[in-house]
Amino acid sequence: MSAIVYRILLSLTLLLPLCAQAGDANDLVAANAGQQAKLLERWAAQPDPARQPLLDALQQGRIGSDSSKTAFIEIDGKWQAVEGAAEPQSNPRKLRLNNRLRGLLIIAQASQQLLSDDPAERLAAAQTLQQKGKPALLPLLNQQLASETDEQVQIAMTLALANLELVDPDPQVRLKAVRLLGETGEPLARVRLQGLLAEGVEPNALVRSAAATSLEQVKRRLLFGELLGQAFSGLSLGSILLLAALGLAITFGLLGVINMAHGEMLMLGAYATYMVQVLFQRFAPEALALYPLVALPVAFFITAAIGMALERTVIRHLYGRPLETLLATWGISLILIQLVRMVFGAQNVEVANPYWLSGGIQVLPNLVLPYSRIVIIGFALFVVALTWLLLNKTRLGLNVRAVTQNRNMAACCGVPTGRVDMLAFGLGSGIAGLGGVALSQIGNVGPDLGQSYIIDSFLVVVLGGVGQLAGSVMAAFGLGIANKILEPQIGAVLGKILILGLIILFIQKRPQGLFALKGRVID
Amino acid sequence: MNAQLDSAPLNQTLLARFSARLGPQLSLRLTLLILASLLIIPMLHLLPADSPLHVSAYILTLVGKILCYAIVALALDLVWGYAGLLSLGHGLFFALGGYAMGMYLMRESAGDGLPEFMTFLSWTELPWYWYGTSSFLWAMCLVVLAPGLLALVFGFFAFRSRIKGVYFSIMTQALTFAGMLLFFRNETGFGGNNGFTNFRSLLGFDITAPGTRALLFCATIALLSGSLLLSWKLARSKFGRVLTALRDAENRLMFCGYDPRGYKLFIWVLSAVLCGLAGALYVPLVGIINPSEMSPTNSIEAAVWVALGGRGTLIGPLLGAGMVNGMKSWFTVAFPEYWLFFLGALFILVTLYLPKGLLGILKKGDPK
Repeated sequence: MSAIVYRILLSLTLLLPLCAQAGDANDLVAANAGQQAKLLERWAAQPDPARQPLLDALQQGRIGSDSSKTAFIEIDGKWQAVEGAAEPQSNPRKLRLNNRLRGLLIIAQASQQLLSDDPAERLAAAQTLQQKGKPALLPLLNQQLASETDEQVQIAMTLALANLELVDPDPQVRLKAVRLLGETGEPLARVRLQGLLAEGVEPNALVRSAAATSLEQVKRRLLFGELLGQAFSGLSLGSILLLAALGLAITFGLLGVINMAHGEMLMLGAYATYMVQVLFQRFAPEALALYPLVALPVAFFITAAIGMALERTVIRHLYGRPLETLLATWGISLILIQLVRMVFGAQNVEVANPYWLSGGIQVLPNLVLPYSRIVIIGFALFVVALTWLLLNKTRLGLNVRAVTQNRNMAACCGVPTGRVDMLAFGLGSGIAGLGGVALSQIGNVGPDLGQSYIIDSFLVVVLGGVGQLAGSVMAAFGLGIANKILEPQIGAVLGKILILGLIILFIQKRPQGLFALKGRVID
Repeated sequence: MNAQLDSAPLNQTLLARFSARLGPQLSLRLTLLILASLLIIPMLHLLPADSPLHVSAYILTLVGKILCYAIVALALDLVWGYAGLLSLGHGLFFALGGYAMGMYLMRESAGDGLPEFMTFLSWTELPWYWYGTSSFLWAMCLVVLAPGLLALVFGFFAFRSRIKGVYFSIMTQALTFAGMLLFFRNETGFGGNNGFTNFRSLLGFDITAPGTRALLFCATIALLSGSLLLSWKLARSKFGRVLTALRDAENRLMFCGYDPRGYKLFIWVLSAVLCGLAGALYVPLVGIINPSEMSPTNSIEAAVWVALGGRGTLIGPLLGAGMVNGMKSWFTVAFPEYWLFFLGALFILVTLYLPKGLLGILKKGDPK
């Protein structure tokens, strides 16, 4: 019982401001477009929390008026009077806003939000006003800035204020605004200052020179963010390359063969993620957010099993013939791609990020670090650590290292080389499957997913050398960062070609890669 | 790691004996005879269209295309079968030759103006590397020089640091991949995505006329026969023996006082030039060249032609190229979805069960 009473009371209190604000809504629906614009502008300059529901309803297109020009609000399909308790005399017609009014409405809402208690809302409002502010809002902004406590909101408001003051007729005010803009690191400030410096915009020489100085300052700050951004996307690409190349490095070191189907293991890992997601959607939608965690072991075991099966049936019979293994694994990759294409279709499938992987941290005004990429970098390092433990602290790892160094000697000492090969191949493929789960969170999942990674991951192996995890890690991050730093300078394609050339030159110096096992064997 | 990469399996000695015995005059003559008999196709193509013996332009182009591929297979076999260097980037040399020819054809169909795609990009003058391409002779030089020089530079650095085995294979694959990305860009000046097409004339002759097609076909057969004879001579010379030794035991060859670099470089560049020439014949015959010719998939497919026919033989690659491409043109019409399954299975089965290719089976029955 009490719940119902509460609800009724609550809805009554919600309606209260509507009653208190007698006139506003009715004024609005009665006015013509020009008057409506003026009204909205006035509301923006003098925000009133009581007007909030009206503005929201207006924005959602729920305000209408009947023949007597009384404003009604549509709630759950029923029309209620906004002010007073009138019944609609005719079926109310919805109020349509043109683009200009819509823009004004956004400003009015933003200025309303400036009064909000939530700093995040105030920040969003200030950011909207940076883009769309009107000079009429200056007093309001000044007043709010004086009482603002949150630092970020302060910056955003200052910027919005400076933006507005740039068009002030008084050069002193403009000068102040230009200096203020110079102290921020916002991409928007750069745009505004550049606009100011354009031919014939700013008549005052003093303001122009101040703008030039400010622009330099802003650019310097932005450059820092851009460099950090490039380094971060380099790290991100590097972690992907690492996940793709780690397994390849293990099998290449062990068997001396390049598994051309390795890229397809990535692809299968990504499709396993997709399947886990579909199963979750169907049977456990409430736990959907956890699906990537479940996908990890699933992808690992599926790809590891396929890898071991390949080793048993095909690769085992080709030992000592690395070039032919290359061709046979290429054939396997063709079959796998076509198989996936026929089962799942040639189109990309949709893998959605769970909520905890979407969004990002705003580090600098022009630098957002997506959570998914941060998690993947961490995940790649975690996989490397696990692999290191596996290779260095377990019996299997000991055997793998022994066979990598000298197969015949290891066999003589009783290492079951065949079993080691199979398990190592499964491990390598499984790691690629894990990489596929990671890839599915940041890129498209399609049958050709793996093809684009096989060359890059082999270059990582070439650069890093085999038999040493450190080599792969260094090479993957090195290549990733080099790629991302070269990209904006000379373009992605030329950057790739340049890197290829550099690797060929690098091999001249160190044919065994960055970290090579030392040996004296020659045939 | 070196030890595993290079450890020569026992059957390589077998292979060596096998290839030393190869190229008996008889089978060479037989192949040349078959090639000569293919000359009847262009003759029949010249018959009036309503004649019962008339061969359609489709068949002529198809066979001509396969013959071009056969030259690529032969060139690949020279480096893989004889010198043990599996190149997965021969499509690049093929396409470079094709593009060089295409430049000339584009200039000829554009007359005094710019090629069409450049007008679309609103360029006002030709890039410097298009200089002189309106001359057929210079275009022919480019057909040889472009793949040849690239192979020379790449080979020089690769062989200097003794890159071989899978390292070499993947490097060449990365090279052709990079080339493909480069040619896909519009700014590179080779028509981007669409490449070159809509050719009109070659040396003033209409490119779609039966006579021109027949002549191009004959030129392809001549080139194939020529490269076959050259390879035969090479394989039987001391040079060929050194190459085979290089493939089987490079270190031992070096201990004997040979420097393998020159041998490798020569056969590598020769192979690239042969590919370029094949590409130059392919383009006017098929009427289009675009960057997808450089895709790694195409180059690696060439490896299966050689493997199927039998590497280290001269006739095997031709047989393999003919069979795989014949089947491809049938499969992609009849069961387009299953072609990749078939091709993939071919890769696996040939490497598992036919290490010496089809010719290896035939030779088994040979009492010698």
